[in-house]
Amino acid sequence: MTNSNSFPAIDQDGYLLSRTDWNPAIARQLAQAEHIELTANHWEIIELVQEFYREFELSPASRALVRYTQQKLGNDKGRSIYLMGLFAPHPALLVSKIAGLPRPANCF
Amino acid sequence: MKSLLCISRHSPYGTAIAREALEAVLAAAAFEQNIALLLMDDGVWQLKDQQQPIAGIQKSLARNLNALEMFGVDTVYAHQPSAQKRGLNTAELCIESIEWLDDDQVRQLISNHDHLLSF
Amino acid sequence: MSTLHTVNKSPFADQTLQSCLTLCANGDSILLIEDGTYGALTAAPTTALLNSVIARGITVYALGDDLAARGLHSQLNNITTINYQTFVRLSCEHKTIQSWY
Repeated sequence: MTNSNSFPAIDQDGYLLSRTDWNPAIARQLAQAEHIELTANHWEIIELVQEFYREFELSPASRALVRYTQQKLGNDKGRSIYLMGLFAPHPALLVSKIAGLPRPANCF
Repeated sequence: MKSLLCISRHSPYGTAIAREALEAVLAAAAFEQNIALLLMDDGVWQLKDQQQPIAGIQKSLARNLNALEMFGVDTVYAHQPSAQKRGLNTAELCIESIEWLDDDQVRQLISNHDHLLSF
Repeated sequence: MSTLHTVNKSPFADQTLQSCLTLCANGDSILLIEDGTYGALTAAPTTALLNSVIARGITVYALGDDLAARGLHSQLNNITTINYQTFVRLSCEHKTIQSWY
């Protein structure tokens, strides 16, 4: 059991070991460690990858993240450059980390 | 670009073979390779709807199959005689778009690809 | 271009050889290895299908060491027994390999 003051368990790459440990406060801490200040635009993508995970039981690699964003939020946001603007320098890796999901496979 | 065909012939939960096949396809797709998936023999059981793997222990192969399109794998092929032989109802499947092939079409598919991944 | 099919399951227990024989194409070759070598026996349930494939011009091979290990040397179908060097050569001569397991 983790007490309320300690940060939940993470793997060697900094991803939460258990998705049930995730909450918005944890997300803000994870983002801060990556020098990202979360705005409404960030939260929109975080919720999107959580939806992706519920649907497919996988964390999205880069191309899947772009495609899914395009499908759900339209062409303006469904672009690598938009996602890069929010989660530089590695959108697929960082958004899954901040969203409390496992590290996307085959993603460097 | 060379074309890859993954041939997946085993049922989804008894062994890890079906999962390994799917992970190979996802890995190839992540590296933007041209890869297609063919399900045949007991591999067509992967298409069965209402799969309810044990929560927290088994991952849902059906959900992962549905992700293929997002990962850039546009076509899932399946061998129709394998489904028929097993009484698999093609109206009750876990994914919507499947291209069903007969024996001849499977032969053509295999010969049209540069590399095979056998699972 | 053609495919080399390898089969390693006994046709007495498993449908794998039958699937392979059903789906192999003209110009392909089939190699029986490990327990697949039981498919070389005339008593195998796949023998009629195997003979029809051979009649279509497909060559069926069996790995000699795997036949020998199982004591299989008589009552065999019209297959060609090969060694590992020939296995390697066949692998190089075909465009692709499908392993049925």
